[in-house]
Order: sequence, then structure tokens, then C-alpha cells
Amino acid sequence: MTITPELIEQHQLTTAEYEKIVSLLGREPSYTELGIFSVMWSEHCSYKSSRIHLKKLPTKGKYVVQGPGENAGIIGIGGGWVVAFKIESHNHPSYIEPFQGAATGVGGILRDIFTMGARPIAVMDSLRFGPLAGVPEAEHNRRIVSGVVSGIAHYGNCFGVPTVGGETIFEDCYSANPLVNVFALGVCKENEVFYAKASGVGNPVIYVGAKTGRDGIHGASMASAEFTEESKQKRPNVQVGDPFLEKLLLEACIEAMKTGAIVAIQDMGAAGLTSSSCEMGSRGGVGIDIDLDKVPQRETGMTAYEMLLSESQERMLIVAEKGREEEVFRVFRKWGLDAVTIGVVTPDGKLRVRHHGQVMAEIPNPALADEAPKYDRPHNTKPHRRAPLDPPAALPTSSDYAADLLKLVGSADLCSKRWIWEQYDYMVRTNTVVGPGSDAAVVRLKETDQSIAMSLDGNGRYCYLDPREGAKLAVAECCRNLATAGAVPVAATNNLNFGNPERPEIMAQLVEAIEGIAEACEFFEAPITGGNVSLYNETLGEGIYPTPVLGIIGLMKTAQPTPIHFSSDGAPLLLLGGFGECDAQRFGATQYAKVIQGQLWGLPPRLDMKAEKRVHDAIRAMLDAGIVESAHDLSDGGLAVTLSECCTPELGAKVILPEGANPLFTLFGEAPSRILLTVNDAAKAAQIAAKFGVDCPAIGAIMKERLQVGTDRQMLIDFSTSGLEQAFETALPRLLQAQHD
Amino acid sequence: MKAGVIVFPGSNCDHDAWYAVNENLHGRAEFIWHDSPKLGDVDAVILPGGFSYGDYLRCGAIARFSPVMQAVKKFAADGGLVLGICNGFQILVEAGLLPGALLRNQELKFICREVKLRTETTASPFTSKLTKSQILRIPIAHGEGQYFADERTLDQLEADDRVAFRYLENPNGSARDIAGILNEGRNVLGMMPHPERACDPLMGSTDGLGIFESILNAVPALAK
Repeated sequence: MTITPELIEQHQLTTAEYEKIVSLLGREPSYTELGIFSVMWSEHCSYKSSRIHLKKLPTKGKYVVQGPGENAGIIGIGGGWVVAFKIESHNHPSYIEPFQGAATGVGGILRDIFTMGARPIAVMDSLRFGPLAGVPEAEHNRRIVSGVVSGIAHYGNCFGVPTVGGETIFEDCYSANPLVNVFALGVCKENEVFYAKASGVGNPVIYVGAKTGRDGIHGASMASAEFTEESKQKRPNVQVGDPFLEKLLLEACIEAMKTGAIVAIQDMGAAGLTSSSCEMGSRGGVGIDIDLDKVPQRETGMTAYEMLLSESQERMLIVAEKGREEEVFRVFRKWGLDAVTIGVVTPDGKLRVRHHGQVMAEIPNPALADEAPKYDRPHNTKPHRRAPLDPPAALPTSSDYAADLLKLVGSADLCSKRWIWEQYDYMVRTNTVVGPGSDAAVVRLKETDQSIAMSLDGNGRYCYLDPREGAKLAVAECCRNLATAGAVPVAATNNLNFGNPERPEIMAQLVEAIEGIAEACEFFEAPITGGNVSLYNETLGEGIYPTPVLGIIGLMKTAQPTPIHFSSDGAPLLLLGGFGECDAQRFGATQYAKVIQGQLWGLPPRLDMKAEKRVHDAIRAMLDAGIVESAHDLSDGGLAVTLSECCTPELGAKVILPEGANPLFTLFGEAPSRILLTVNDAAKAAQIAAKFGVDCPAIGAIMKERLQVGTDRQMLIDFSTSGLEQAFETALPRLLQAQHD
Repeated sequence: MKAGVIVFPGSNCDHDAWYAVNENLHGRAEFIWHDSPKLGDVDAVILPGGFSYGDYLRCGAIARFSPVMQAVKKFAADGGLVLGICNGFQILVEAGLLPGALLRNQELKFICREVKLRTETTASPFTSKLTKSQILRIPIAHGEGQYFADERTLDQLEADDRVAFRYLENPNGSARDIAGILNEGRNVLGMMPHPERACDPLMGSTDGLGIFESILNAVPALAK
């Protein structure tokens, strides 16, 4: 087939990129080779717009065993054990086909974990959708929510990994570009880690797992372009997942790894067979010859092009020791899976693909993996934002704080997400010490006395107003969640969800956010060990809020968890970190501004990282001292919402606010670096807070069945806790079951 | 002498059951692979939760044909203790060792939550260490746990005192709030809730221990 300019454009390659291909090959590529380059050089696979900026992220630290560049990052947790973890997006497919898009998102990240030899023990999801009511797309958005949640449940539950936490946010900008970011974490012995680095000329290349079909062809390219009216026709580009097969693949891979016959292993994710073989070859500085006639196929008449670009799920590529193939085959036979030698490791550093005896592609591996284009896209402009910097002329006031609070706890972002997480098996494997609905999830490792705490967080509104500060706030929030659970942050992964990087004002958002993450991760000693970049989250020119999502993990000794809920009547209530600062400008980023006023303006809350860290140290010291009875960090919605989240139907609190301040800012301002706690020894708590130089005012006490908040002179909020609970718990099911609007 | 935990392709609560018996109960358990035609020298069998054979066709519908199930049937017929949890319950029903069927949850969604169970009978080797009407907090995690049987069967189960557990708040639409039932010989128990998830203080409840302690009591050889 002749390579025409139209064909090049269809493959989303620029003229310059095509010329680079010709020069690397020293000739025109074949049609099959063009397909290979188009996926390997896609934004999704090559990170061509973000690579030069990702280098700014801190990647080293005392716990890091493996940083970015492998299938997942690895940190050591002592006692010879390591943890592998990473986050991946499946945004574009989840819009086109929510159930399968989300399901295969889970499947893909799980393979990234167990291809390293680690058994997955936890999953979390960061989800963003369009509004469920009040917009023309509401009905469609509700369908996407249901589809995504059941897709995640379907895959994770059957596979047998607990989904232990996450976040779910609703904004207009995600209506046509929902975000599905899946985080997974696994565990293994340090000396049992496997890498995706091929070696040993003459060693067999073995294909294992599901058969190859035509599904998912060009999925990676789809994820590297904006949506247009035609995008919905891309449904065939979305892969179909089979969690049962993945469960078998997991067990078989882990068992096969124990034979000692495996040299290297990589999952076939985006760009399937192509990326797995050229990346393994490139990392090991060797070549790989593949014979497509031997690839297990579930459809007839597939071309080389189709087989190479298929993104059929639940497949792995293994390099085994020559002569020990049978040991690998035996394990896969036991689990009823295909395992076939399809190629061999060669010395020439090339990916060579044969089909029906003909060489269909012959490309130097580094050309695909390392020589991919790298762009310093223009970003010398202000990050895109349309929101005004100044507050509305009339400063916000409230006539009914109680009614406002009730609206907030029943709003889509702040209400209970039980409807979602009860569809996930969050307990399987009996390690979940703290599950969904808390600050951080905590999973114990039965083999050690350690638990892993993990937190996912992002805030598109903050980042839209200031990408750099917003990104830092997300890092701080994750670390605060971990500290509130008693854990010390040790490492991080990030998922950068942005619009079209070819627009300088979007690129500026990305660069600002990356630099913010870099600064905060450095400061909180949570190096980035891997992650994912998802660009082109735009539809018809309208982009999402810049949405970096952070996943940070922490270590702690396994212990009974401290609940977020109030647990004893009369206990003193403390606000570690104090009332925080807020003004009319900073109020524009709050949930109050969003839900009650329907506006967005100003700047995100101000973050003082040093003060933040002191708060973390103080809460950990208090937890260590055994004086904390409940602890919950303040975030979206501010003090009033946090107070209601800590109430149970039986226990509320009486809270006295200082006179003089604007109650709206005190109640609903979102200043960071604060934790609401009850203690059994207020004097000791004050002593510890003072030692770390942190404000820790006593703001009230736990009382039965009511939440009362006011100043000495005026009662502002007085609710029955059961009423609050009802508003909190019934909101999401009600929104999802809403009639057509 | 030990408990055998059957491992089907797709079982995923097998390790949890193994851990509960070995570590939380200090008993003895070992895994038995699904294509084993024999059970070996076990004193009790646990069919764990999960998605055996992907739960294709119908939950448990394929598992009942696996070689090990012939051995389990014979073991049960000879009076051996068989505990089916969640997917294990579904398999026991499909295999005809227990009456009725497990349908999709009434709300058609998977539900994972801790529920309260009432102990309906202590006259079985699985519940002898519990007290009648004892309330247990034990998690459920299933998409197809709605117990169904015709009225006559349900009447018979009640007349025979074979309803082992009932939900206090029915989460899935199960007939007569049934969460677990015994066979006629009272040596086979199927239940949708997961007692193995409630055996460790770190998991928030230890109310599942009583069921395993009853089994250990019935088969002293299981204790280490």
C-alpha cells in the first residue's frame, strides 16, 4: 500500500513526524510499520508533549526501589517486602462505552502491577462526571456514572481485588469528558520482582493469555485526540474485558514466575503486541523477532496490521530461558490458558515481524521507544481560565446557614458515595482495615506488621483557578489524609488529566501543575514513581478543568484504626490547625460558592506547606500517644461539612465559634492544614500541638443527637444528626434516580 | 486431619477462608484444586466465595460439573461437613446439595456491606457454639444472593428447622429473609454472608468465629 498524505493524517502523524520515520528507517515505512509508529508515537504511549516537563518531578527517595519507566513504581517497606503501585486513566473509552471502558481500565492497571510479580491487593478510583441534574446532558451523565461504576465493580469484584476508596466529583466540564483514573497497588518479596527487560539472545518470546481479536485497534490513538461528533462511532475501539480470564492470568503468571524460567515479562496494554515487544527489547538493548502466524487468534483473516495494533485484553508477553519453555507451558496449561512461543530474542536490536513468511515490519526498537518525538510545546502564556479573579460586587452573605449546610451535605460532590462503593467488594482478601468513606484507605499486609495507607485526591476547581497552587493543595490533602490515619507518606503516583496541549494556555496549565506537584512532592518527601498523562480531554474545543490526580501511599504499623466518626459523648472537640484563613477572594473556590451560589471566582485556599507538615507531625504524635478517639481532616465544604461528616445518628456536637469573624468564612472556608478531632486527654493534646507549634483550639464537645454550631451570642446551625445523616446518605441515589429533566 | 478449601478457577475468597481457619482459629486447612477427583484425608470441606469459572451461564452452574464436586457430593452423603460461602452456596444449590436457587439481588446491583444476621438454629455442627437468636455482624458481598425457593420448600425448611440464619434487614430480597440453610442431614450449610471476613478484630467484627468454632468443636481433629 502506498503511503499517502491522507493516510499519514489518518494515523495522526504530522508531516515532520513522518519525515522522522523515513529518516530513522532510511526508507518509506510499510503500511504495517506506519500503524506501529502511529501508536508508539501517540501522545498516550510516547508522552511527547509532557516528557520534558515530567523530568522535573522528584523520583528518588529512601524507599524507592523502582522509579518511573517500568510498568509500575516500586517501594521497599522493610522486611524484604516491596509494594508496586501506579495510576492509569481510561477516560476516552469510558465516555464512549462506560461499562467496558472502566472495566478494562481496571484490568489494564492490574496487569501493570502483577507483571512486576506483585499480587494486587487494593484498587482505588478517581472519577469525574458531568452533573446529574440541571443540565441537558444530565440523563446521559447518569448513564455514564452507572456504567462506569458497574464496570469497575464487574472487573474488580470478579478478579478478587478490593476497591478500597477513591473520589467522585461532578462538574459541567466533565460532561463530555468524564475522567476514570484507576489506582492499583500490589505486594511481593523484593527478590521476586520482575522487570520488562528482555535479554539473552536466542531466548524464546512467549505469548500467554487471551487470544488476539480485532478489538481496541488504535485505542491509544483515540486516547490522543479530541472528541468530535464522530467519536461515538469509535465504540469498536474500546476493548472488552474478561476479569475471570485476568484472574487466571494473574495466578498463572505468579506461579510461572516461581519456576525461575522467566527472564522478563510485560503486559500487552495500549498498542498491545507492538508496545510490549519493542519496549521489552528496547529496555534490554536487544531485538525481538515475532512470527504472527503463531499468535493465538480468535478471529480469522486478521492482517499483520490488525494483530499488531489490537488491544485485546488479558494478554502478556514473556521472555523465558531457552530450554525451559515447558516449565512455563505447564503452568499455563494448568490454568487453561494459551501459552505459545511466537518469537525469539535477537542481537540486532530490531523489532521484526513476520506474517505468512513475509517480513511485514522491521524497525529498530529504540526508534519506536526512545526516538519518539519530544515537544517543547509553547506555554509562555497565562494558564487558561475564564473565572474572574475578583469576588462578586456583593460579598456573599447567608440568611440561613443551616439550610445552606443541608444543601451542601446533600450535594453531589459532598454527599455519601455509599451507592457507589457498596457495589465494590472492598473487603475481599481480608486486609481492609479502613475502607471507603474515610480519609485514607488502609490495607494491612498479613505477612508483616505493616499497613499501607493510600489516598487519591485532585481538585479541578482549585487547579482551574491556579494550576500550581491547586496541584500543591492536592499533594497536601493526600498527605494530610495519610497523616490522619497515622501514616507517613513515602511515595506518589500521578495522573495528569488535561485538555489539548497544542493550545499554549492549556500547555501552561500542565506545566504549572507539574511544577506544583514537583515542589510539593519534594517537600512532603513523596517522590513520584510513575503515573500517567491523559491529554486531549476536550470535546468540540471545550476542555476540562486541569485535573491532576495524586495517589500517595504511606506506611504505618498495623493497628486498630481511628474512626472519623465521633465515638464518645462529652469528649472535647479540637480543631488542629485552627480556624484557618479565608477571605472573599479565596472563598470563590469553595463548595459553598459552587453549590449555593453557582459561581467560581478568585483563588484557591492559601497553602503554607511548612504549617501543613507541622499539622501532620502533630496528629501522628497524638495518634501515637493514644489520645485520639476520632479524627477527620477538613477539605471540601470546610468546617461545617466536616462536622456533619463526623456525626453519627447518635452523636453530634456543640461547637462555639469565635466572635468577630465572618461566619460564612469560618463555617465554609476551605483553608487546608486542619484536622477535626476528639480526644480523651485534652491537656496532652494541647501539649503535643504546642510542641509542634500548631494551633489547636478547643471548639466544643460531643453531644447526643444534635449538631449545634454558633457563637456565644447566636445559634447558627441546629440540626438533628439523624436529619443530617439522611440528607447525606439519600442524596446520591436520589440524584441518580431522578426523572428525565 | 484438616479442612479442605476447594479452589476453583475464579475462586477469590479461598485464601481468606484458609487464613481464618489457620491463623484466626488456629485450626488446619489446605487447598484442594478443582480437578482433583479425591478430597484426601479432610474432615470438613469449605467451598469459598468468588466467581468460579467466571460464573458464566449462571453462578455455580459450571462449577458443579468439576471433578472435585463428585468427591464433595460423596463426602456430604457420607455425613462429612460441607460449608459453602457465597459462591460456595451458589455451587451447593446448583449441585443439588441444597434446595432452592440464588437469583440476582432485588436491586440488580452488587452489594458489599456488613449486615446483621439472626441465628435461627443451634442444632447443627455449624452453629452449636452460637446461641439461639444470637445476632451476628457479618459482611455480604454478592450480586446474586437473593434466595428463592417455592413455598412448599420454604415451609419444609422451616418445619425442619433448617434455616440457619436470617437477615435482620433483608439486603437482597431473599425469600423469608433467608441468609443460610442446612441440608436434611444438617451436615451441609450454605450461606451468602462471609463468616471468614469476620474473624479478625482488625476487620471490624469477629462474629464469624462462632461458626468456625462450631465446626472445630464438631470435628476436634481439625484443631491443631
